[in-house]
Amino acid sequence: MIPLFLGISLITFVVIHLAPGKPTDLMTQLNPRVSLETRMRLEKLYGLDKPLPVQYWMWLKRLIRMDFGESFLDGRKVIHKVMERLPVTISINLLAMLLILGVAIPLGVFSALRQHSFLDKITTVIVFIGFATPSFWLALLLMYLFGVKLGWLPISGLFSLNFASLTWGKKILDLARHLILPVAVASFGGLAGFSRYTKSNLLEVIRQDYIRTARAKGLPERVVIYKHALKNALLPVITILGLSVPGLIGGSVIMESVFGIPGMGRLFYEAAMSRDYPVIMAVLSMGAFLTLLGNFLADILYSWVDPRIRYR
Amino acid sequence: MRKEGLGSIYWERFRQNPLSLAGAIVVGGMLIMALLAPWISPYPPDKINLKEILQPPSKKHLLGTDELGRDLLSRIIWGSRVSLSVGFVAVGISCTIGLLLGLISGYFGGKVDNLIMRIVDIMLCFPTFFLILAIIAFTKPSITNIMVIIGLTSWMGVARLVRAEVLSVKERDFVLAALSIGCSTPRILFRHILPNVLSPVWVAATLGVAGAILVESSLSFLGLGVQPPTPSWGAIITAGKDNLEIAWWLTLFPGLAILITVLGYNLLGEGLRDALDPRLILERRR
Repeated sequence: MIPLFLGISLITFVVIHLAPGKPTDLMTQLNPRVSLETRMRLEKLYGLDKPLPVQYWMWLKRLIRMDFGESFLDGRKVIHKVMERLPVTISINLLAMLLILGVAIPLGVFSALRQHSFLDKITTVIVFIGFATPSFWLALLLMYLFGVKLGWLPISGLFSLNFASLTWGKKILDLARHLILPVAVASFGGLAGFSRYTKSNLLEVIRQDYIRTARAKGLPERVVIYKHALKNALLPVITILGLSVPGLIGGSVIMESVFGIPGMGRLFYEAAMSRDYPVIMAVLSMGAFLTLLGNFLADILYSWVDPRIRYR
Repeated sequence: MRKEGLGSIYWERFRQNPLSLAGAIVVGGMLIMALLAPWISPYPPDKINLKEILQPPSKKHLLGTDELGRDLLSRIIWGSRVSLSVGFVAVGISCTIGLLLGLISGYFGGKVDNLIMRIVDIMLCFPTFFLILAIIAFTKPSITNIMVIIGLTSWMGVARLVRAEVLSVKERDFVLAALSIGCSTPRILFRHILPNVLSPVWVAATLGVAGAILVESSLSFLGLGVQPPTPSWGAIITAGKDNLEIAWWLTLFPGLAILITVLGYNLLGEGLRDALDPRLILERRR
């Protein structure tokens, strides 16, 4: 964990110094909103007059304190801006993950049990198409179909204009309606990967000796598959779940900017467009830490469900 | 003789899978389309015709026209050049880095191996799209930058693959033989080990082209990729999305172009993976 943390901080530090000349030059030249005073403060914040190792040390200390300075756009503390956006992105991604697991695992099991059947082939084709579909395009098409043509679902934001005046039940319903399309788009790419993975794992496990044993002692096929095989086939899925965190977070940039959702991805996109340098650095490091956290949780979960694995 | 035999086995297995063949046909077709763009596109891609803006697909404009009256089909044909060149160059960069680091890491082992693999772990912590976006924000969005940045952020998988292969190949007798007759280390690495670890790299490269095309189109869609007026599939979709309600074709067709191309590379990659899988060869020979 610690070396990874240091590595992350080092890479973000390198990214800062990618900008030609002093990073503050670039910012101030391209961004008229930045006053000379801000510029001086920024130079002091990053200690640009000091030698590189000292600068890195300062960056590291700020990273630990979560001090990313103030946004160029509105002068607010970057950490506050990020923190108010983070819950939105995390909840949408959690919902997407639940949907992925809920749909992909049954699909994968089905394909594995009826390998080479017509429906398995259809699933394979859909999986390939899922891998190849650009998410922003899918988002636009769904918006057009369900939002514009059919008028069933709202196409942007999280709440309706009259949200405040709604009753509790209606508020939840309103939020849910706004979330359907974004969650569907966020989970689409993952669906393909997970169902494929479940299928290949299950196919592998079914060939194992203990499955033959289970069948030989006369257990019903249902018990063999769902109790003996599936449990073991799903173990590695946990690891993949951890590994898919960066993809989901990265994908939130596109999903949130298409649907106008005020999450971290959109914050990052706006920051990148306006070169709001402190915000970019903050979101980049937070994204990496979230990934680290995801992998860490996956490891813990894995050792919890699989007693053969113990971390010392 | 043996090499030829192996090649024909690969081809035989590749041919048996209709999906792989379909992938190869799509990939080949797209390549030809990109190469012949100036001759096969019905109009120049940036020819503005204000009399014919937002025309639906018709005989004159097979896929319709955009908000400046430019022919969509021509723009999509020219856009394939952007997508394919970004895909190839980015993958060339990432595979070169991945191959070199993987070879070094696997062959020398020890501290070097440890260091390189930790760098891989760290790079994998970053949501790649975030990293790419941050670097683009700090540099400048241009087609060259995008190729380089995608290449620099996607070599980790190849490095891991190559390292794993090298670990097993370097224990084989022919490496020992090469060592015993006094071959230099670079010669062993590049003449003896490299050719034997390439097959998974071909698979990764094919799938990598698909990935790079998707990333490029997403960046261009966000306005941080290839800059207008260069026709890029992602950028065409961005420009078209404001007119989605009246001109669906501007969104649908470029997206289909991305989908079909990426699908083609993925199918080809999977086909190669199955065809080159050494375990299956042994099964067949038995």
